[in-house]
Amino acid sequence: MSAFTGVPDMGLNWLDASGDHAEIVLSTRVRLARNLQGHAFGPRARVNDREAVLGRVRQHADRVDALDGSTLFHMPDLDARSRRILLERRLASRELVGEDGADPARGTAVVVSGRAPLNVMVNEEDHLRLQSLVSGLRVRDAWTMVDRLDEDLGRELPYAFHHEFGFLTSCPTNAGTGLRASVLVHLPGLVLTKEISKVLHALGQVGLTFRGLYGEGSEVVGNFFQISNQTTLGKSEEDLVDHLDRVVRKVIQHEMDARQVLLRDAGAVTEDKIWRAYGLLRYARSLSFEELMNLLSGVRLGVSLKLLPELRVYTLNKLMIFTQPAHLEEAAGRDLSPSESDAHRAAFVRRILGSEGDVSPDDRPSSDERPPHA
Amino acid sequence: MKCDNCGEVEAVIHLTQIENNEMTACHLCEQCAAAKGLETPPAPASSFPLQEFLAQMGGEPARQDPAPVDEKCGFCGLTFQGFREAGRLGCPHCYTAFEGHLRGLLGRIHNSTQHVGKVYLPPDPTASQLERRLEGLRGQLRRAVDSEDFERAAELRDEIRSLEAETLP
Ligand SMILES: [Zn+2]
Ligand SMILES: [Zn+2]
Repeated sequence: MSAFTGVPDMGLNWLDASGDHAEIVLSTRVRLARNLQGHAFGPRARVNDREAVLGRVRQHADRVDALDGSTLFHMPDLDARSRRILLERRLASRELVGEDGADPARGTAVVVSGRAPLNVMVNEEDHLRLQSLVSGLRVRDAWTMVDRLDEDLGRELPYAFHHEFGFLTSCPTNAGTGLRASVLVHLPGLVLTKEISKVLHALGQVGLTFRGLYGEGSEVVGNFFQISNQTTLGKSEEDLVDHLDRVVRKVIQHEMDARQVLLRDAGAVTEDKIWRAYGLLRYARSLSFEELMNLLSGVRLGVSLKLLPELRVYTLNKLMIFTQPAHLEEAAGRDLSPSESDAHRAAFVRRILGSEGDVSPDDRPSSDERPPHA
Repeated sequence: MKCDNCGEVEAVIHLTQIENNEMTACHLCEQCAAAKGLETPPAPASSFPLQEFLAQMGGEPARQDPAPVDEKCGFCGLTFQGFREAGRLGCPHCYTAFEGHLRGLLGRIHNSTQHVGKVYLPPDPTASQLERRLEGLRGQLRRAVDSEDFERAAELRDEIRSLEAETLP
């Protein structure tokens, strides 16, 4: 199966900047962990288990509305770059694509719906990981979509379910509902005002967990945080989803308050940082992914504060995804060394900003120099 | 025990992380743990660290429910010791093979051992599975009505009616 040349935008609806608070919330994901009866899973699954599970998915997928006409990518049949592209589009996990040079195991696959922002990872830690991935803050919608897929698929394939422990998963942290809902939020205001640790601490106290978004290394890049539910057993799916939605809306309110504080107490500095970030992105000749993400964070803040009105959030989302290493190599049609990759990244950013993100030079004085009543 | 990171403050958070089948223990004060949370390397989305829960299981010398070393799942062959090391179960039957231990572990992880979400209806349900599903749906309906989600309530009512029709002789 040749991978992406035919379907360049596959699985990328979540970039389109629709959904609530899209300038602050990049995406919402809800995933359900499911296992089939009669087969070992996780570390105990052998090749025949994995192939049997994949066989049943292949056989039944087209009887499920959302997966009718879907594309199935069998990991061992893909080259390393195509697998990496699936990872960069967040359609497959590191474990599934065989990161760190490991070959992907036989029977591992991802099924990507052509009709809805849904996909199913097959033979990851659990036999099935059903996911919906949408733009902006849309926890309820994402849940409803994946719930429907789950109901349909569960009528075809016999899931492992226990009246007390719920859906049985390889890791006990996922048992019960098997549901993990997560929201990727951009919180530069809270980081710059140093309020972030308070907010993150509070999340832990209401049963939510968070982690940073990482680049190539282990540094948190771009002030993005992923917030998700910590527990999966003992609460209904609706409760888990609604709780996350409510708390994230509060976090967004704190972020907006922090931005107002920034503008009030450090308006000129903030404005300068935003314009410098834009300037570097617009003209730099070499950008590492980390640097790009940090500059994009500044520019995203500027767009959100209406300081860079010509730029669209969609353009910024696209810049984040298509500048990852495998996407750059796919566009170049060859492998790239790290320094070539940085140069290609900068060139891509200049081209996109030139065509859809050119901001008219702003020669107004910055806020501190403006007369008070102007 | 002092914090592994700053070495000054008493450690209050004990993390056990599992990566590439290696378990590492780490003891942190509250402040360093908060900072560390941001620096945890990108765990694969799936290998959610079991954190203090497995540390408790593996680390307590006097456990209330000592596991005989030969305790083993008859279906997949996973031993309880093997589960402790990897933090992953091997098949649906592991949940019954290690039920007693798992109930304790699930209770510590989730503060609950009773699933209250969707009740699964398998492809060829038995009468009792249909009855459980119906109970589950009625619970969902009550919650939908309580939260004034009338659209959802209407869907649930339809589903309950059609299932009730199936269960009637
Ligand atoms: Zn410390
Ligand atoms: Zn087992």
